[in-house]
Parts: sequence; C-alpha cells; structure tokens
Amino acid sequence: MSYCPHTPTDRAEMLAAIGEKSIEDLFEDVPARVRFPKLNIPDPLSELETMAELRELAEANADAQRNPCFLGAGAYNHFSPSILNHLILRGEFLTAYTPYQPEITQGTLQAIYEFQSMICALTGMDVANASHYDGATSMAEAVIMAYSHHREKRKKVIVSPAIHLQYREVLRTYTQGMDLSIVGDEDPETDLADLARMLDKDTTLLIVQSPNFFGQIENLDGLAEQAHAVGALLCVAVDPISLGLLKPPGQLGADIVVGEGQGLGIPLSNGGPYCGFFATKKDYVRKMAGRLVGEAKDRDGRRGYVLTLATREQHIKREKATSNICTNQGLMALAATIYMATLGKHGLRRVAELCWHKSHYAAKSLAEIGYSVDTTKPFIKEFVVQCPRPVSEVNAHLFDEWGIIGGYDLSNDYATLPTHMLLCVTEMNTREEIDALVEALAELKN
Amino acid sequence: MNIPSDLKYTKNDEWVRVEGDTATTGVSDYAQNALSDIVYVELPAVGNSFKQGESYGSVESVKAASDVYLPVGGTITAINDALASTPEVVNGDPYVAGWMVKFTLSDPAELNALMDAAAYAKYCEERK
Repeated sequence: MSYCPHTPTDRAEMLAAIGEKSIEDLFEDVPARVRFPKLNIPDPLSELETMAELRELAEANADAQRNPCFLGAGAYNHFSPSILNHLILRGEFLTAYTPYQPEITQGTLQAIYEFQSMICALTGMDVANASHYDGATSMAEAVIMAYSHHREKRKKVIVSPAIHLQYREVLRTYTQGMDLSIVGDEDPETDLADLARMLDKDTTLLIVQSPNFFGQIENLDGLAEQAHAVGALLCVAVDPISLGLLKPPGQLGADIVVGEGQGLGIPLSNGGPYCGFFATKKDYVRKMAGRLVGEAKDRDGRRGYVLTLATREQHIKREKATSNICTNQGLMALAATIYMATLGKHGLRRVAELCWHKSHYAAKSLAEIGYSVDTTKPFIKEFVVQCPRPVSEVNAHLFDEWGIIGGYDLSNDYATLPTHMLLCVTEMNTREEIDALVEALAELKN
Repeated sequence: MNIPSDLKYTKNDEWVRVEGDTATTGVSDYAQNALSDIVYVELPAVGNSFKQGESYGSVESVKAASDVYLPVGGTITAINDALASTPEVVNGDPYVAGWMVKFTLSDPAELNALMDAAAYAKYCEERK
C-alpha cells in the first residue's frame, strides 16, 4: 500500500465542504502570536551542513563498529548480513505494525508466518506469536498467560536470580496490581535445585534463563517434570543464537519459551528497537498473548494468510483477553526472519560454535595470566571474570589505553560480585582483539 | 424454546441435572441462542473445586466470550472432552450432548436457590 497524501484538489474540496476559503482562514480563531510564535532555535542549516554536524556528533560516541567490543549482557554484537537492511528498508515492509486491515497485506502476514515458523523450529515449540516489544515483555506475558491458564487461582511465580535483572524488573512492573507473589531471586546464590524445592500447588510459573545472565548453560533436565508434578508451568528464556548449538527447550519439556531476538541480525542501536519472541505448546494457544498469523486457503484453494488470534483476543474476548497488548515488532521480526533464512540451520550453528570457541579461548587466555574465571558451569558467549580492581576502573583502562569497550560491571546488579565483569565474545571479535584484551588486562595484574 | 422440566436453572442461564450426589451442568437453549455460533469452550481440570456461582470456564462464540458459572458448589469429576473439537454441539443439543462438566455437590441445600423449569421459562419470557 502506498502513502497517499491529500492533493491540493482534496484540500480545496474539504475546505469548500466546510465553507472556508483557505487553511489560514480555518485557523483564524487561533491568535497569530500562538500560531507563529518566535522560536528560540538556531538558524537553519543546509543538508550538507546538517550531515556534517550530525556526523561529528555520532563520531563522538565509541561504538561496536569501530572499537573492539566485549560488552553483552542482553544486547549482542552479532553480524548483520547486508541483505537484511536492503530488504527491510523496502517500502512494502517498512512499518512496525501488523496492519489493521491485515488480510490486504499478504506479504506482511507471510513474513510474520515465516518468523513464527522459524521461532518454533528454533525453540522446539508448537506455536509462536508475531513477537512482542522485547525479551523482557515476552517474559512478562508468559507470567500473565500462566496465571490465566490457572484461572488466576495460583499466585506464586518463581524466578531464578540468574535471569537478567532488567527482565525481572519489567516483570514486576508489568504485573503490579495483579497480587502475584514473585519469589526466588532474593538470594543470588539460589540455584535450580533450590528453585525446584519452592514449587508448590500455588505456583503458576517457574522461570529460568539458559544460557543465564552469566552466559552459563543451566542443566534443565527434569525441571519441567518437577514443575508439572505440582501443576505449574515452566518458562525458559533463551538466547536464540545459542539454540544453533544447544538442545531446544521444547525438547526439555518447557511450556513457554521466550527471548530477545536482537541477536538475530538486529544491530546494537541505543537500546532498540528490539524484538521479543514467545513460543508455547499448542494446548495453550488460546491463552497466548499477541497476534498469531495462520495459513489458510481462499475459495479457489490458493494459499493465503490471516490473522488468526488477534480477532479473538481483541474483538471477542475483549476485557477477558489474556493480554490486549497486541503490538508486535513487525519490522524487527522481519529482520530476524531474514537473518535466520540467510544463515540457515548450518550458518546459525556456525555462529553459535564461533561464540562458543572464541569465548572459551578468551576465558582460557585470561585464566593463564592469573585471572579467576568462573567455570563452574558450561558457558557460551559470555562468562564472569574477577578483576583486581573495580570494573569501572578496569573499563576506563581498557578504553582509554586500548580503545576497547570492556565488559558489563556486575556490581551494578549483584552486591555479591563487587569486582566481577561479564565478558561477551561473539563471532565479531577477532583473535587479535581477544589477544589485545588479554594483554590489556595483564597490565592491570601487575 | 426448549426448557426441560427435570432440570434446575440459574439467572446466568446455566442448567443443572442432579443424580444422587453428583450433578451435570451446561448452558441453556436460551443461552446458546443468545451467544450464536459457539467456537470454543474452555473447561477446568478434573479435581478443581468451585463455590456456588463461581466461574469454572468460558464459552466463546463468534460474537462474544462469556464465563460459565457452577450453579452450585462442588468438585469437578468429569469434563466433556468432545467439546474441544466440536463446540458447536452446544448449539445443537445444549442439554444432552452439549453438557460441560460433571461434579460432586458440596452442599445439596444450595439447589434450593435455583429456578425450576416454570420459573426459568417465565424469566426467559421477561427478557424477550
């Protein structure tokens, strides 16, 4: 669909219909001093001058394009193939919304359908929705779905302290006023076995993240069975890149799988827009939030796509709907879809393998120069390293002396980790960059 | 309108059939007609308990979603699994094939608060 502005003829007809001669006449009742106030802004610049000024401002930032970057913690520096940007900028796709008259835009619906199908394949689940704002809101919607599934009779949600802190904060904001008791993350030492012991008949959902916030792969064997034994559901938050290598949570019995899709080719861009994904079992599809595109046939038997779930949620269930936040991240979901299609199964596995090997190479090299690296659990892409001084000082050294963007300062979120840094190593980090990081950190050791 | 004489009815248009200490419930002919084409029936798990008048499930039609309420308090002993794939039988046969749940009564005295067929027929007539 093209954008059709009003033509001068359209405007003339509309003015004639209401009996006005011009736009100025129409707004005559608004005092001129309010209509055209003097604005205290600089003189206009030419396009050339504007570009130069904006470029200068942009270059004042350090970014992952120009500086070696070892910062992750939920936002990841992965490669974005050039085909991705070329396709998503096409006018036919360039809108973030599922259209309100959806069936007229079959291409948009097909793209969402492909996204849903790929997320299902990646997570090992039956059904995925058209996406949410980000990984954190996807996780919050999982709680609301479980709560609705239990007919609002179970009030307890158990969350692992190894889930991204911001996800847990969003979850608490999202569900405030619902009278839920969100527990399990009070003590950062709480592990999966401790969480499993908290399961009871009042538990609606158990949420874990794997790889967790520290990059560690949690052993989820038997966890779903333990949750199901008391009638609770299990939600696993995942990094989609890791699923190129790891067993999908669906195969481990998870009822809901959520995560942040930014790593799937969406660039680091001042924190957004991102793209949350949400997948579940077919049994729960009628409790699932968001929109679901389904495949259908027209009267001539030709394949077509329809919005299957939004109608029910918004138009029929109304206030009884699980959630009426039906906005999806259409454009970002499309980007993730193009990324997955471009890389394919083997490409995604290769990216995950590179993240594995490079992060392990970095961890091993740091251990060799005497740094204490947490290897208590298997990890991928990210790992925790203890620094000889506060992480803020370490990062200042890395950046000022070496131009390296260092890791995440875990003392921000965990009082128990005062000098601990979360380092992230992806396929974007060359061996030279990793060696430079190690050399830079070695300087602080002495 | 079909209002079987051997059943009891609620103001929310549920019916209940009592056999000994167990009962069966569903929605009335009036309700199915008002809802129009029913496309989904959501039922609770066996073993769940509900108080009199508490919502135990919901019925979705092409027009609206409505909660269904247990006419008297009890514990669910069986649900009509056939409704998962053929919810339209609630429209075609609301009192027999379209039953929703069976349950044990927690307090048979609660039945006294319900309407008999004659009272319910009058109640339906008043709303026309």
